[in-house]
Amino acid sequence: MDTAHSHRRLTQLLSRGSLTRFIVVRLAATGLLLLVLSFVVFALLHLTPGDPARNLVGVRNVTPELLQSIRDKYHLNDPFMSQYLQWLGNVLHGDFGESIRNNTTVTTLLSDRVTLTLQLAGLSFVLTVLIAVPLGIAAAWRTGSVLDRSVSVASIVGIGAPTYAVGLLLLYIFGLWLDIFPVYGSGDGGFDRWWHLVLPAITLASGLAAMVFKLTRTAVVAELNQDYVAFAQSRGLSHRQIRSLVLRNAMIPVATSLGLVFAFLFGGTILVEVTFALQGIGSLLAGSVTFKDLPVVQAITLLTATVIALTALAVDVFYYAVDPRVRKRGSR
Amino acid sequence: MSRRALIPIVTGIPLAMIAIFVVASRWIVPNATRQDIMTGVTSPGTAGHLFGTDQLGRDITQLAIAGAGSAVVGPIVIALGSMMIGIMLGTFAGYMGGWLDLLLSKYADLLLALPTTLVALVVTGLIDGGYWVTVLVLIMLFSPTDIRMVRGSVIAQSGRPYIESAKVLGLGRLRIMFRHILPNVLPVAFSTMLLNVAFALVSMSALSFLGLGVGPGVPDWGRQLSDSRDLLDRNWGSLVLPATLIIITAAAINLLGDWLQERFEERSVQR
Repeated sequence: MDTAHSHRRLTQLLSRGSLTRFIVVRLAATGLLLLVLSFVVFALLHLTPGDPARNLVGVRNVTPELLQSIRDKYHLNDPFMSQYLQWLGNVLHGDFGESIRNNTTVTTLLSDRVTLTLQLAGLSFVLTVLIAVPLGIAAAWRTGSVLDRSVSVASIVGIGAPTYAVGLLLLYIFGLWLDIFPVYGSGDGGFDRWWHLVLPAITLASGLAAMVFKLTRTAVVAELNQDYVAFAQSRGLSHRQIRSLVLRNAMIPVATSLGLVFAFLFGGTILVEVTFALQGIGSLLAGSVTFKDLPVVQAITLLTATVIALTALAVDVFYYAVDPRVRKRGSR
Repeated sequence: MSRRALIPIVTGIPLAMIAIFVVASRWIVPNATRQDIMTGVTSPGTAGHLFGTDQLGRDITQLAIAGAGSAVVGPIVIALGSMMIGIMLGTFAGYMGGWLDLLLSKYADLLLALPTTLVALVVTGLIDGGYWVTVLVLIMLFSPTDIRMVRGSVIAQSGRPYIESAKVLGLGRLRIMFRHILPNVLPVAFSTMLLNVAFALVSMSALSFLGLGVGPGVPDWGRQLSDSRDLLDRNWGSLVLPATLIIITAAAINLLGDWLQERFEERSVQR
């Protein structure tokens, strides 16, 4: 009894140890990926056509003194690698330089706008999960039913439909024609803010829900085809018992893909924010790119990459922690 | 006749129509970009303008027909280009393995670490590229998934008995890769390519919606939509026509690609 107990405890510890090792390895890989990306993002300054100093001046009057001061400030006369290291050092301290378009630091500019983007992304994510996961399960449960067929076709259309076109149509129908929702802008905070975010969030969720529906349906169908389901049925387990078994297993791949979907939201917010004239990170990026406001572009690109990389890391660790099958494969 | 068999017909009709627009728009609507500032914005149903006119007095319908070209040609080139890269590199990586495989998968990881929309926006925006530069950037961004797809199916084929026999017969590696494995990968590659056309169409029109890619004055659906934001209260046609065209085209290509993929899968199971 005692030895059995200590044996179990030992295996637990060992598996926890290997989880730690797994996390360390994945962290190192993520760090490396971000380092490479930071290099590419820094190089954007020099890959953009024209003199970097002139690009950083923006629309101000170009005088030799100003150019010189910019060169000094951004160390543009230093060798490339030392410029990069200096920049990276600042970035790690949260300093992305100054915005060319707005005379503030990039950090203040971003912190003013990040809340809205997070709210938009969060609301769309919740909507996506609430709509797509139950529909995916229901469709998988009765493949070939009217529900399954109609939602499947709708999801193919949804995946293909461009966000901004859907957004503009919703804006016209519910904002202008029926006059239910506000048309543009981000509201005055509080409830008004959320009310302004309903249409943008539905827009963003429509494409994602289509994707998540497909993933959920595939996962549940795959699980239903497993031998243990047939076995459980022949043993006479109740419908409800089988359902809970299947769902528990199918939810692992679904949860994994949800993490990646969340990361992808940040690509979608660009178009939705521009469509609905929301003052978030996405619309800031779009504006900064056309204006060549490089410090802002660099900051947003790198931050998005970091969020996505960390989400992917969290998803991997989650997958590893909940699914014993992966752990076995990993330790081999 | 099953319901699925209807898909090529249902999707074929709108796609054939779009194809006609692409090829013959210069004869169907030779004056699509003619401006008429005096007319200005008119609502749908105005005499001679089914979907009204935009802020420059251009006819929305004619502009949309003329815009089919820039909407579809670029995406087809993108899908073709990235699949060619995918087939070349994916076949080598899948069959030979080794450092090439590792390098390519790291390259794919790097590109997949960021949303396509974001990278395409940043790169094309900063280098001020026109239409074809955007196409080139998107080929680069689409190729990693194609490389992975081809690599996966090549690996799946490599273990099959007919490849073993080919090896035993002493055929060269290149011959096995491109004469024996490739024909079996092509059907899947083709349906993936179709899905990529739809995806590229959405990406490209998104970029022109953001003001990138297509030059000013060139008829383009994304640009029409971006213009329509300021016209919504006066002419809903400027929104509804191009939006519907993009959605229908993308959906039709997606449905067709999906249908093809399923058919190919069924066939390979039957074998």
